[in-house]
Amino acid sequence: MLVMNMVQALNTALREEMRRDPRVVVLGEDVGRRGGVFLVTEGLIDEFGEERVIDTPLTEMGIVGVAIGMAMYGLRPVAEIQFIDFVYEAFDQIVSNAAKIRYRTGGMYSVPLVIRGPCCGGVKGGMHHSQSPEAYFGHTAGLITVMPSGPYDAKGLLKSAIRAEDPVIFLEPKSIYRIIREEVPEDDYTVPLGEGKIVREGSDVTLVTWGAMVHLSLEAAKLAAEKHGWSVEVIDLRTIFPFDKDLVIESLEKTERLVIVHEAPKSFGPGAEISAYIAENAIELLRSPIARVTGFDTPFPLAHEKYYMPNIARIYMALRKVMEY
Amino acid sequence: MSGLGIDRALGFYRVIDEEGRVVGEEPDIPSATLIDMYTYMVRARILDEWLLKLQRMGKVAIHAPNRGQEAAAVGASMALRREDWLFPSYRELGALLVRGMSEEEILDRALYNADDPLKGSDFAIYGHRKYNTIPAPVPVGNQIPHAVGAAMAAKIMGHDTVVMTFFGDGATSRGDFHAGLNFAGVFKAPVVFVIQNNMWAISVPLSRQTKAPTLAIKGVAYGVPGIRVDGNDVVAVYRVAVEAVNRARSGEGPTLIEARTYRLGPHTTADDPSRYRSEEEVKKYEKYEPIRRFRRYLIDRGLLDEEKDKELWEKWGEHTRKAIERSLEKPPLPVEVILEDVYSEPPWNLREQLRELRESIRVMKELGLEVE
Ligand SMILES: Cc1ncc(C[n+]2csc(CCOP(=O)(O)OP(=O)(O)O)c2C)c(N)n1
Ligand SMILES: [Mg+2]
Repeated sequence: MLVMNMVQALNTALREEMRRDPRVVVLGEDVGRRGGVFLVTEGLIDEFGEERVIDTPLTEMGIVGVAIGMAMYGLRPVAEIQFIDFVYEAFDQIVSNAAKIRYRTGGMYSVPLVIRGPCCGGVKGGMHHSQSPEAYFGHTAGLITVMPSGPYDAKGLLKSAIRAEDPVIFLEPKSIYRIIREEVPEDDYTVPLGEGKIVREGSDVTLVTWGAMVHLSLEAAKLAAEKHGWSVEVIDLRTIFPFDKDLVIESLEKTERLVIVHEAPKSFGPGAEISAYIAENAIELLRSPIARVTGFDTPFPLAHEKYYMPNIARIYMALRKVMEY
Repeated sequence: MSGLGIDRALGFYRVIDEEGRVVGEEPDIPSATLIDMYTYMVRARILDEWLLKLQRMGKVAIHAPNRGQEAAAVGASMALRREDWLFPSYRELGALLVRGMSEEEILDRALYNADDPLKGSDFAIYGHRKYNTIPAPVPVGNQIPHAVGAAMAAKIMGHDTVVMTFFGDGATSRGDFHAGLNFAGVFKAPVVFVIQNNMWAISVPLSRQTKAPTLAIKGVAYGVPGIRVDGNDVVAVYRVAVEAVNRARSGEGPTLIEARTYRLGPHTTADDPSRYRSEEEVKKYEKYEPIRRFRRYLIDRGLLDEEKDKELWEKWGEHTRKAIERSLEKPPLPVEVILEDVYSEPPWNLREQLRELRESIRVMKELGLEVE
């Protein structure tokens, strides 16, 4: 087994899928010689050539629109959005087409497309290089939205996304692109879409999160254990929608308390959907109100991002709130 | 057909060649204006180099080097009046100086200290209402239709304001470019589009951006005259921009200027150009670098000499160093700014979240956590 960071794991997933399936192509800005600005596509052009690793003109609408046509025709495109914050020009193509073509054509056509790109904050990237837009996609019927928290899952989830029959929005938390290293098997494994994972077992509180927030939540859980002996179970959702409701409910049967942590803003964010689902279907399990720790309801600021994003203090406040209720 | 500007859209207008020699007809520009242009270019170069250094020192988040593109930014923006509006992109320090921003104001912004008028909202964008210079959106090309809309508004409101916008060759591929040019043509908006065609959009060469023979020719299909100019020749850029601004002001509508230049530095401080372009190519274009050739021209015309030139660089070098010292001494922005300016009046959710923020700062202290 090799020890890899997330960039290398994603690169390996792309390379293996391109070797396995000639229908897989990669397109986007600077994905060729430059290897992508974060080097996720590094070296692919050397192995697969310009026909399958396509440096595009600078238009996200073009990248996604063209990728949809490719997917309908029979390819399996992986479209890179250089920073996911720039996906909005392609919003019309994603929402009006990628998400709806199966429905619009009565199942005749589908769009097996992956739209991937770096997301989220923590690198002093400012307003347009830090966003967590998963709620827009979770809200759009027809899309699957994924965010890995480490190299192993990144490789396995990207492979599943490429093989999926439906469009997948694949969000990569750039702040942990290189800082987390893990053993990643060289064989062809996948991580199924729609399945979360318990990353720390606990019995007092269930903390549901994903992406880079998994690591912060683990630190907060450790602090809560040291300080108060609270036992926090941390669930890495991995697929944000459709999320692994069974895993969350099973955990709540044990803990009876729920905290949700995400970087995306609070109002109408993914935490709202998870809370509502639990409130509708499992409220009798809860012994305290649900608490959310999220980005504030503002654009992502350049200044003081560590205060804007969930931090250990804010997660701790939420844990205290549900524990001391 | 020449009324549509096809010849000029395919041409390459220049006044001074790379040796500083006059080619073709020399426009009649007052000596003081020429010296101003040179001064702005020098100031832009000094500031650009300092921003690079400050980035390496970890003081500035990121910087998009301007090196080699000073003539296009300065020459075009000098054609504007104070009350005209400018929608710049992120590579036009020279234009910001021309509009009246000081080094210190630009540095306060870059360092997002307590005096940052944009309150730490984003990086690499500059501008201020008092200079009618609008801070750029970071998504490439977004400002293009804004400039057109502002120009349409000026026309509707009966002002004789002209609006100018800068953007790169890469931006011409965006939907914003199409929409902006189309509206400008249809509504005869008093707007001047300036493409800084520096041949690269990060690692993507112009040949991957378009198969059109020039970028200026794109205007023609929208009914917007296109003019291609040597973007490293400040006199040529100025001359063409004055013409476009006059056209706009006299109600004749928009112009698309393609300033052909070259990005001598990396895309940003986060880029590594050795991955995609050769040193030879960069060396070749060093020869066309705009400041040196303009200096030669000014010396040949007797408007400058070595001694005066040296003094000028020293004067603005010192000026910039002092501005940096002052900017670096200023305190950081207060944390609570992150919740300001979302709406004219904060709704209940932001008032709640302000309480959460304050509480989190208390809890951080209680837990002994260092956040930044
Ligand atoms: C919509 C959008 N997509 C991608 C990016 C990332 N990006 C920043 S600058 C740039 C290249 C821009 O090239 P060009 O328009 O030629 O301007 P230049 O940087 O050369 O001045 C890219 C792809 C962005 N800022 N906005
Ligand atoms: Mg460019």
